[in-house]
Amino acid sequence: MELYPRQYLYLRTVKAKLYIDANFAADIDLSKIADEACFSKFHFIRLFKSIYGRTPHQYLTDVRIEKAKEYLEADRSVASACFSVGFDSVSSFTGLFKRRVGQTPRQFQIARLRFKDSVASLPLSHIPSCFAEANGWMKNSNLREVKTIDGVSCG
Amino acid sequence: MITKMNHASIFVLDQDSAFDFYVNKLGFTVNTDADMGPGQRWLTVNPPDQPDLELTLMLIHDGMMFNAESAEKMRELVKSGTFGFGAFECEDIRATYEELKAKGVEFKKPPTEEFWGWNALFSDDSGNWFSLGQNK
Repeated sequence: MELYPRQYLYLRTVKAKLYIDANFAADIDLSKIADEACFSKFHFIRLFKSIYGRTPHQYLTDVRIEKAKEYLEADRSVASACFSVGFDSVSSFTGLFKRRVGQTPRQFQIARLRFKDSVASLPLSHIPSCFAEANGWMKNSNLREVKTIDGVSCG
Repeated sequence: MITKMNHASIFVLDQDSAFDFYVNKLGFTVNTDADMGPGQRWLTVNPPDQPDLELTLMLIHDGMMFNAESAEKMRELVKSGTFGFGAFECEDIRATYEELKAKGVEFKKPPTEEFWGWNALFSDDSGNWFSLGQNK
């Protein structure tokens, strides 16, 4: 006989995922999450992986990398992004980031800041012209003006 | 020959609220967020695994696209849930349903088994509804 109905374990697993989403920056003890979810660590990892396609630890790493990307886009330093999402070594963070994203954190940041600068200075180059025309934006010369791109270097 | 779609529009009542719904609740990624002058904004988001499809969160406002009367009619139609804008896929519909429900997303139909798989219906913060599916 099952100790808990499957639906209950399912809900606990979803809650564990939401807990990771909300507490990714903390020193999360995945064994403790399994305890709180009321099932064994092995069972928890297996069920989590069957739902999300990754182990809880892999998922936590993914969440941290995604959040680090947000911080880097907000022009925070690599070290600040690293520590703010719960990693404690910039070099291991940089290596992990490059393996997952395909670029170093700094390369990623430069590319994203350039994109954002391009959106701000030349928005019409990012909008299909039919939409721009329908909104009357093609007539606005300010939106077509090329502005100086500053503050982003390749160094 | 047409090869793919790269933009689709969802008409929304409030872009700040739509941003919160699509980014913070559905987990979509912001693609482009451009200030287009007073009261105007070009805002597009991507489903996480579909970076080349931009969903434009288009504010219904009096302007070139709508006059005051048609904008008001459009707002009423959106609010009343007239438009179904598309169908999303997920890997595990029960988990996605529980998670979105916990985040406050309103479902018109819970996950239901169909002959082809599973299907649910949810609404965005404006009233547009979407199908959520999981194939067998």
